[in-house]
Amino acid sequence: MATDTLEHDVHTDEKEAWDGAAQPFKASYGKLMMWYFLLSDAFTFSGFLIAYGAIRFSMPSWPVPDFVFQTFPFLGMGKPLYFVTFMTFVLLFSSFTMVRAVQEGHQENRKGVVFWMLLTVLGGAGFLGCQAWEWNTLINAEHMSVTTNPFGTHVESGVYLNDKGQPSGDTFQVGDSYLIHMNGASHGEDHTGDDHDGHGAHHYDGAGDYADATVDENGYIHRKYKVTSGDDEGAIKSEAFGPKSFGALFFFITGFHGFHVLSGVVFLLIIMLNSMTGLYVERKNGYEMVEKIGLYWHFVDLVWVFVFLVFYLI
Amino acid sequence: MSDVMTPSIDEQLIKEQGYNDHFHDHHHGDKYKSSFIGHYIFSMDHKIIARQFLVTGIIWALIGAAMSIVFRLQLGFPEESLTWLKPVLGKWIVVDAEGIGKLSPEFYYALVTMHGTILVFFVLTAGLSGTFSNLLIPFQLGARDMASPFLNMLSYWFFFLAGVVMFYSLFISTGPFSGGWTAYPPLSALPQASTGSGAGMTLWLVSLTLFVVSVLLGGVNYITTVLNLRTKGMSLWRMPLTIWAFFVTAIIGLLSFPVLVSGFFMLMFDRGLGTSFFLSEIFIEGQALDYIGGSPVLYQHLFWFLGHPEVYIIILPAMGIVSEVLSVHARKPIFGYKAMVYSILAIAFLAFIVWAHHMFMSGVNPFISNFFVVFTLIIAVPSAVKVFNWITTLYGGNIKLNTPMLFAIGFVSMFISGGLTGIFLGNSAIDIQMHDTYFVVAHFHIVMGIAAFFGMFAGIYHWYPKMYSRFMNETLGKIHFWVTLIGAYAIFWPMHYLGMAGVPRRYYSFENFDAFAHFDDMNKFITVAAIVTFAAQILFVINFFYSIWRGKKMTTKNPWKANTLEWTTPIEPIHGNWPGNLPTVHRWSYDYGKDGKDYTPQYIPMAEGEVAGDH
Repeated sequence: MATDTLEHDVHTDEKEAWDGAAQPFKASYGKLMMWYFLLSDAFTFSGFLIAYGAIRFSMPSWPVPDFVFQTFPFLGMGKPLYFVTFMTFVLLFSSFTMVRAVQEGHQENRKGVVFWMLLTVLGGAGFLGCQAWEWNTLINAEHMSVTTNPFGTHVESGVYLNDKGQPSGDTFQVGDSYLIHMNGASHGEDHTGDDHDGHGAHHYDGAGDYADATVDENGYIHRKYKVTSGDDEGAIKSEAFGPKSFGALFFFITGFHGFHVLSGVVFLLIIMLNSMTGLYVERKNGYEMVEKIGLYWHFVDLVWVFVFLVFYLI
Repeated sequence: MSDVMTPSIDEQLIKEQGYNDHFHDHHHGDKYKSSFIGHYIFSMDHKIIARQFLVTGIIWALIGAAMSIVFRLQLGFPEESLTWLKPVLGKWIVVDAEGIGKLSPEFYYALVTMHGTILVFFVLTAGLSGTFSNLLIPFQLGARDMASPFLNMLSYWFFFLAGVVMFYSLFISTGPFSGGWTAYPPLSALPQASTGSGAGMTLWLVSLTLFVVSVLLGGVNYITTVLNLRTKGMSLWRMPLTIWAFFVTAIIGLLSFPVLVSGFFMLMFDRGLGTSFFLSEIFIEGQALDYIGGSPVLYQHLFWFLGHPEVYIIILPAMGIVSEVLSVHARKPIFGYKAMVYSILAIAFLAFIVWAHHMFMSGVNPFISNFFVVFTLIIAVPSAVKVFNWITTLYGGNIKLNTPMLFAIGFVSMFISGGLTGIFLGNSAIDIQMHDTYFVVAHFHIVMGIAAFFGMFAGIYHWYPKMYSRFMNETLGKIHFWVTLIGAYAIFWPMHYLGMAGVPRRYYSFENFDAFAHFDDMNKFITVAAIVTFAAQILFVINFFYSIWRGKKMTTKNPWKANTLEWTTPIEPIHGNWPGNLPTVHRWSYDYGKDGKDYTPQYIPMAEGEVAGDH
């Protein structure tokens, strides 16, 4: 590409920077283009996050992140946001190693560039691994999909029914979270002897209406309860699925971000290999390719901060 | 005084004072010269890419316009048999027992949808901005080429690919997408919603996603080139208004198309994976569907966040071209240069905060509508600034009424006529009556369809010698102009009356509406006018292609006696645009009639004691 570029000299007075034959931002065409691409990409993500906000706040309730994201590998339930904090740390740390790689590049230190880029690649791959584990838990253990969301939030107080159809001692308040379990499936969370809401998974003989629950044709167990507050006091209801859009938005937006990380890792690898072979030594431009992919990498991290904010914190 | 400029003066000045960027020191090999494929097909030369965009745009314009003639035939002459179209349209012409062929209603909608999509995106975005940004940005800034010629090439080929996919969708058995160019859900989100919503819509989405890639690749290139590759002395305030327009257009595109893409991706999920981003509580044929919680209005917001800036992406390049053409052929500096630039910037800014005026009737909160009404009406201010400046530029000018100038003046006429009706539609209260009627059709066709075409024609006739080293035929050009001007008004002026009477747009037939029966003759008139106008465009296309090989040859470098730098490049285009040094710029591009000289090009150094004309 270097032979095709058509650039002017960089050296000019600050005053004359805008008068032509100069690069007013002291940035080459490639770096500028990366910035503009990131600007446009930021608008795509903004579109997603605004759509997320619009849909979320049109819903009467929304799953509580502390409840949904409380699993940690080998430690089981009851670790709200521990895991996502870990993966966020991994990703942000890879931003730090990226900065170091760029720095070494400016000093034309090939070994340094390769070393810090390798750490960045590992960080990116580690993040993707974490995301894969999280998705796997949500899909295979908790049975969430783009069309079904088993995580709900109670909008009225009540008491669960026992297998005789009578109110048990198991009560809940407005705002309490619940997970709709899958009948007969081996629950990923079961091996710890604990699960999302302390309700051990029962086994039913298939779809149908039972004294303490309704099992739908997909095998989801909707527990029955007696309402103890509000207009419907005394009524018997079954737990409904949570807002359907939750799963769709979660997989869609974190997936789109994950795809960005994945492409970032691929490009990082390519540029790391190019650095290793000494391709950028000849160019003598302070490893500008490393700097460009660095811009992209920091952008992807920044986007994650917003995704993290809206899905896990709010 | 023009004979002061002997042909050698520019060459001599550029040689002596020009800027040596060591371009010709490098060996660029043969790749730009030898192979046909490298030179004409996968070209990285901005001049070739501009022509590729233009020719592709012309082909799409013909297809899109032909579609409008077919649905106009249905609207103007619903009783006439269209059996003669059967060889072309096949099963979409349904022949009844008496041998009367009718256009099928599904295909009517498909034609309307494709007409809109093709004209808005392929012709007036890629064909207009793609052509002239590519041609003029390096030329008028004194650059060897675009910042990244490679991405520039990709930009064209992504556009080409988008075109192939869209073209393919015209021929599939269920027909192309038919839910309107805005592709609102649920028609666009549910494959079973209508015939065109299945494969047709899938291809539509794929095509437009590729198109957005093309726009973004082009956009980053245009912006970067304008910022980084101006020649020595070409400060921002010396750039011709064409460049300002293309620059701001690229910025608008860069910020609005990505939002459309986010809408498209969610639409793809709704279509393919069963999510409900844009769907809620839908029934099809009495069957309740399993979609819940989404919002079709959300899609409209995402769409119009592009959709509204898109009309400025279309009109701003035309405005820039018209400003340049008017000034050159009126032999006067453009009136209010800085006001022109600031109004471009103001329009660009306002373009982003008026999108919901397309949604007054979509169930948007009326209080929020108020804001959008106010900002919409404020756009009239910078628009009026531009109109008055164009008129004042003409005032007292030594006007050369050649074809490019005629089209530039025609642009101003169209922009005023269409702009005024925008003030009606921008008011949410009046929009209750006008919404989705022919009044809207008349408004946007005049203000951004015909007007943008006039700007494009002005640009084509004006820069044709720079593209093909020959001139287009002037007589044919003038016939083209007058028929198009009168024809366009004959088509769209009556539509205002239709719209005020409440005739809804997009209807296949008005047979069952007694209230509209007396508009039959008007509809016939419109259709006839459309056919005549279309014939004039054929004339243009013949003129265009004939002139490439047989047109009058260009004998001097600067036939229009213009000030901008593209007219200092050799008649036969070369790689790198200038044979030796790059020209150095000493003044703005509008020194016409200054200090007793007819024109003073930008590369002429300031005389002693001369006061710059650019303030």
